[in-house]
This record gives sequence, C-alpha cells and structure tokens, in this order.
Amino acid sequence: MATRKVWYTLSAVLMIVSLASFFTRGLNLAIDFTGGVSAEVRFPRAVNVDDVRARLTATGFHEPQVQNFGSSRDIAIRLPPEAKQTAAEVRARLEAALKSADPGVQVAQLDVVGPQVGNELRVSAIWALFFTLLGIFLYIAFRFHTWRLSLGAIFAVLHDPILVVGFFSLTQMSFDLAVVAAILAVIGYSLNDTVVVFDRIRERFETNRRSPPDVVLDQSINQTLSRTIMTKVVTSIVVVALLFLGGPVLKGFSAALLIGIIAGTYSSIYISSAIALDFGLTAEHVFPTVKKAAFEQP
Amino acid sequence: MLEYARWKHVLIAVVLLLALLFALPNFFGEDPALQVARKDHNPVAADAEQALEAFLRQRNVHFVKSYIDSGRVMVRFANVPDQLAARDAVEEQYKGTYITALSFAPRTPEVLRMLGLRPMPLGLDLRGGLYLLYQVDVNAAVNQALEGYAQDARRALAAANIPVKDVTAVGAGSDKPYSVRIVLPPDADLKAGRDALAAPLQGLSISAESLASGSAITATLTTAQIRERQDYAIQQNIQTLRNRVNELGVSEPIVQRQGIDRINVQLPGVQNSAEVKDILGRVATLEFRLEDMQNNAIEAAQTGHVPLGSKLYNHTRFGRPVLLKREVIATGDQLTNATSGQSQEGPAVNVKLDARAGENMLRTTRQNVNKRMAVVLIEKRRESSEVGGQKVSREVTDEQVINDATIRGVFSNNFQITGLGAGEARELALLLRSGSLATVIYEIEERAVGPSLGRDNIDKGVTALIVGMAGVFVFMAIYYKTFGLVADLVLLANVVLLTALLSMMRASLSLPGIAGIILTVGMAVDANVLIYERIREELRKGVSPQAAIRAGFETAFSAISDSNITALIAGVVLWVLGTGPIRGFAVVLTLGIATSMFTSLMGSRALLTLMYGGRRKIARLSI
Repeated sequence: MATRKVWYTLSAVLMIVSLASFFTRGLNLAIDFTGGVSAEVRFPRAVNVDDVRARLTATGFHEPQVQNFGSSRDIAIRLPPEAKQTAAEVRARLEAALKSADPGVQVAQLDVVGPQVGNELRVSAIWALFFTLLGIFLYIAFRFHTWRLSLGAIFAVLHDPILVVGFFSLTQMSFDLAVVAAILAVIGYSLNDTVVVFDRIRERFETNRRSPPDVVLDQSINQTLSRTIMTKVVTSIVVVALLFLGGPVLKGFSAALLIGIIAGTYSSIYISSAIALDFGLTAEHVFPTVKKAAFEQP
Repeated sequence: MLEYARWKHVLIAVVLLLALLFALPNFFGEDPALQVARKDHNPVAADAEQALEAFLRQRNVHFVKSYIDSGRVMVRFANVPDQLAARDAVEEQYKGTYITALSFAPRTPEVLRMLGLRPMPLGLDLRGGLYLLYQVDVNAAVNQALEGYAQDARRALAAANIPVKDVTAVGAGSDKPYSVRIVLPPDADLKAGRDALAAPLQGLSISAESLASGSAITATLTTAQIRERQDYAIQQNIQTLRNRVNELGVSEPIVQRQGIDRINVQLPGVQNSAEVKDILGRVATLEFRLEDMQNNAIEAAQTGHVPLGSKLYNHTRFGRPVLLKREVIATGDQLTNATSGQSQEGPAVNVKLDARAGENMLRTTRQNVNKRMAVVLIEKRRESSEVGGQKVSREVTDEQVINDATIRGVFSNNFQITGLGAGEARELALLLRSGSLATVIYEIEERAVGPSLGRDNIDKGVTALIVGMAGVFVFMAIYYKTFGLVADLVLLANVVLLTALLSMMRASLSLPGIAGIILTVGMAVDANVLIYERIREELRKGVSPQAAIRAGFETAFSAISDSNITALIAGVVLWVLGTGPIRGFAVVLTLGIATSMFTSLMGSRALLTLMYGGRRKIARLSI
C-alpha cells in the first residue's frame, strides 16, 4: 500500500493516453457498427491490390478499402454504407468488378450491413455495457456492505475496458461486435479478481480487528497473489492459443481479452483496494456491528 | 477425517454418465450428405426410400448409408464427388417428385440416432451459408387495416343516406395516428352518423367533435389492435418465407422473428444469394375469380382467341388451361386465415375472409351455385439476366391458378375447399397464406460465408481448443502435481458437461461459441486454484492433510461463488441483449460458469475424497 502513489500515476497515465487516443483518433469501427460492405475474396492467382481498388472505384464504389489478408491471393475489401442500395445490388456490382480482374475469383465471405442495423447494434452494445456495470455495482454493494469497496471495484471495472478501448484506438485494429463481447467478459472476469481480494479483506478484518487497515489490505493482497497470478497465467495460455491459432475472425476478440486480463490483474492487485483505503475503509465499514458487539461483551 | 455424502457421489456419477452420452454424438464427425424431400411436403415412405437406394446402386453411385429422418431421406457419402454425382442423378430422374439439398449428416451410429441424440448444429460461420435479415413494414400493415375500415365506413354511411364530406385513414406519424377520420357536413345528423358507423367500426374507440366546417368522428385503433395487426403481418411473412425457403430445398433452414419487426433467415450451405433472394423477395397476392363456363378453355388455348371479359390461364396447378372472368371477388389482403384440416369428404382447406370480401362472396355464390370458382396466385419478383455483359433486372409477374372448385352452396366469409389430398390441402393452405402477404419486406443485412472458409474456421477453432487445453493441463500438472491432475480431470469433465448441455439445447455452435468453450476452460481452473491455494495455506499452518482439504473447500466457497456471479452478470446481459454469434458466445459463457461451479466444487471434492478420504492415515499431500 506504501507504493500506491506510483501505481496511481501509472494507471492515470495509461488511462489518459487511452482516452486521448479514443477522442482524437477514434476507433476503427467495423461494419457491424457503421453499416457497409465487408468482403473476403480469394483469387486463383496473386493480384495487385491497387488494380482491384482501381476497378472497384471505376465501378462506382466510393473509397473502397482493399487490403491483402493472409496471402497475396486473399483480399479483404471494405466499402462504406450506401444509402439507397439493396444488399443484392451491391453484391452483384462487387462480383462483376472482381470478375473483371480475374474471372476465377471466389467470394469467401460477404457481409452487407444496412446503416440502420449498424446504428442499432451500436446502441445495443452501449446498453449491454451499461447493464453489466449496473448489475455488478449493485452486487458488490450488496455483498460487501460498503460503498468504499464498491468504489474501488467501480474504478477497476472502468479502468480495464478503458485500457482495452485505448489499445484498439492506438493500434486501429478493427473494433467489431466480438470485441464488445470480449470487453464485457473482461469486465466480468476483472471483477472476479477484485472480488476474491475483497473476500479476503473481509475475512482478515474479521479475524484481525486491531490491525491497521493498510496492513490488512497488504496481507490480503499478498495472500491471494499466488492465486491471482496462477489463474491469469492459465487463462492467458488459452487466450494466447486463441490469438495465434483461432484465425483472423477471432483475432480482435482474443487481443481484447488478453489486454483486458493483463489490465485486470494489475488493477485488482494495485488499484482497487488502494482506492478503498484512500476513501477511509476500516473494519467497521465491512462489519458495521463489530464495534458495538465488542463493547457489549462482558 | 474427510467424508462426502454417498448420494452426492452417485449424483455426480449419474450426471457425468448422462453428459458423456449426450456429448458422444459430437465426436463422430460428419459426412457429406444429400437430403431428398418430396415436393408436395408429404413424408417420404419407406418403400420410396428403398427405391431411391436401388436407383443409386443401379447408377453406380456409392453411398455409405441412407435413412429417413423427419420425413426426408438422408443419404450419406464417403466423399463430395459421390455426393454431387448422386445429386445430379436424383435431380434428373425425379425432377417432378423430389427436391434435393446438399448438406452434412453426422456419422453418429444408428443406436445413438434412434435415441434422439444428435451433435450440436453448426452455425453458418462454421458451415458456410447465407444469413439474411429482413425488415417488415409493420406500419403498412396497420395502414392497410385502416384503409379497410375507411372503406367500410364510406359504404355504411352511403347505405344510411348520410352525406359525407371526407373519410380518411390516418397512419403513423401524424398527431392522431392509427385512426379513421370521418368529417360530416354541418347540417348532417351526427347521431345517425354514429349509429350507422357502430357496426363497421366495431371495436375501435370512437370520439366526436364539432368543427367550424361540420362535425368529425374519429375512430382510433387500440394499442392491442395495432399490436395484433403488426404481429399478424410478421407471422404472415414468416410463414411465407418458410414456405419459399422450403421450396429452395435447403437443409435445416432457420426462419425466425427478431425483435419487433425483423425476420432473420439462415440458409446453411447456400452460396448463390441472387437466386435465393429472387425467390424470397417475391411479392404475392391472390384473386378469387369465377370460371367462365360459357366458353371452352381448351379451344381458347388452341386458337389463341380469348372471349371478351375473360382471361386465359395456361399455367395451372392441375395441368389444364382455364378461362376466368375478369371480375375479382376477393383478393389476398382480404384473406384473414387459411388452414388445412379435415372435413367429411376428407382433407380440406378452411378459408376465412374479412367482412367486406364476405359480402361480395355471399352475393356471388348466391347467383352462381354449381358453377366453378378459381384461385389465382400472383407473384411479382425481380429477375436479373445478363444482356451483353450488363446485368439487367426487371420485374416479372407470375400468375398461376392454384385451385379450381365447384361452388356447392351459398357462403360468405367462411368456407371450405375440399376434394384434395392431405399433402395438397396443406400446400394449398400455405399458398393461400403466402398470397395474403401484402406487407412489404426489405432486406437490411446479408452475411455470406463460403464453405471452405467455414471448414477453415472449424479447424482453427478446434486446434486452438486442443492446444489451449493441453497447455493448461500440463501447467496444472506441473504446478499442483497430483492435485493438478485431479483438476485436469475435472476440467475435462467440465468440457464434456458443457458439450452435452449445448447438444441437448440444440444451440447452434459458432466460432465465438468455440471461443467461449476455450475461455471456460481457462476460467474454470480458477475455482480449483482458489481451493488448492487455500489447502496449501492450511498445510502451512500445520493442519492435517484431510482437515486441510476440507477447510480448503469450505473457505474458498464464498470467493468462488462471488467471483462467478459477477461473471454470470456479464454473461446474462450478453445473452439477453446480444444477437447471432454474440448470443452464442454468451450462452456458452453462462452455461460454462454453471458447469464449472458444479464440476470444481462437487466433482473435484468427490474425487479427492475417494483418493484421500475415510480413516486412512495420510502423511503428506502432493500439491
């Protein structure tokens, strides 16, 4: 607990960088949220990306993003939403343009999302985030009787997703629905650590009422440290397996999980209990009847 | 002393055995298969299936197995070329009788299949296929109902000789939405007007006001009526889409409502989206018309000379041309229901029309008993073709006479069409319902995944799962020695249990779902770690091994339950608010938390009690 100023500073810097990047650079939102067309196509031979882009522009697509993906034969295409077009027409035009580059082209994946669906998905993602946070706050406040611990948990809960979002903003990795799902899972699991530490704090306060709070908190964190690290190492093993073997679809999802897990481990060890302490957490807050009971005993 | 109640051991053993049984079908893999269904939706008979097998043998097409599954024949093949050869042969030979669809069939042994055990269905991202999301214009459906009321009101006022200035249907988006507004001139008798309107506007909430230019009566649809009308429009569209999807012959298609006014359609294995959408996007209506009995339809078809006031239909469901009078008795949007059922004369279709069409029908049937009446299904669709390298799309109208029957008596809005086979009746009811689809649907989202990409996704997901699990197993065994191996067994049981639950729920597995399973493996370790760390702590305090195990489980419980509940909150929110693959992830995550609580709290305790329990003297634990 003595070194907590250092960790506060580190967290503050990381969060400021994340938020600054989020507000200036924004996120590279996938078509799940913006609407538009996203396609993955496979050519029989290597093709020139610029040539494909030129052909798409010539067919009347505005600002097509064309990238190699995996190999020089695989191409990922992204098109902004067009208001008055049905998915069928877009598909027909896209296929015609690609066939003019090479008739043997195969469309491996094609997603067309209308702008209105994109909007709704964005709104429902925000609601999901809101309800998850709300549910967790209420649960912690109910279980641990004190807003001081709740506040620590709230902070940890905000801290981790902000860092994940910051990472996605800085790297400009595609931010899609799966990433939102990963962030919600991160919120759930990051709390997991915090809750285990809090559980131990509660227990230590119960057995050691005389010890000063900062000693109790340090003891609690140290006693749960091996568990915290052990669990995170094991979880990281599977998430790293997903990141490297799960293929491009799960890349963003597993990257978000990994960043979230690292941030979550850090915040539950160094930040969440420290905040509770700075807001004056003592044994009485966790056990409101402790003091009274002590006096009444003959 | 370490003990665990015997009934708990039994419970765990039973649960795990059942789980193993339900999870079993997932481990056999899939073969390419051909699904053969009858065009008229009747189930395929056993002898027809035998005939099909004989036919394939005669054509020298090798197949592994063929069987009847929910009324359709499934033929399994060792490889894709055999599958394609069989499809071509069957299509050529049985063009009129069967529709075929390429699919995959599980290699599950017959015994398991008979027990109704099936593997988890695979999502579109793993199998390849087409996902479409349609928006239904529910307001148009409500407006249509209002137009109907407006028409009735006009008719009723005219019949009662009440002068009218204006009758309008007011749709959504105005200050008095979903209402019919009737304006009467200043000298009109408002009370008489209200009386006249009581019958046609029954059920609507009616209010009157006097204006400078006369008096106005406003009849508003209640919220329940609006809701009912919207639901009806959605149900109709779902029915129609199902009907058309069946026509495509896709295996295991999904057509379901999403939210208030959306329908999502999932077609596994479908690649050509243009063709599919031509069929799904058709706009259909019906017309009930009298047959022209004075003239000979066959003669008209041969000479090309069609009598005035009639129209010739060559394209009919029953093979002969008919001449129909041009007057329309009732149209599809006036049809409120059509169901197949039984009558004294065998299978029949019960048809219900709205009141206006009923009046018309009553008038017509009174004058035309023993004459014939026909039903025409009119479908509009867009057809695209290539003309000189350019894609041209134009609107095509298909008109088909789907039924032709003798009017046996006088009836109005409720009648039966008889003289059909059971399959025919079902199909006619479907066709009638699909023709009553008058609301517009439009596509707002499309996602297509190629079959090879689907394969890739499965392979990648499974590799990640195996590698991730192996990593965890080795790590746990090294760090916690014997107890680590116990944790590994418990983890394995957890994956089996989760697989069994997902198979039982028939929840389709998507790539995020596989990710959920992998994540569950990582997270399920947590409970074991919490318990083991506690046991180590107790041992350090000098407590005896058995007491340490007991204390470990007891003290770790509150931390395990608290931490799982917070994760559960996130899982449930995602389950409720998510759609598609995200919901798949949430389902797995939520179930995974539940199964891991069970296996790590009960399963590992039972196992450790078996190993270290009773009155044995244990010097030290390998942890």
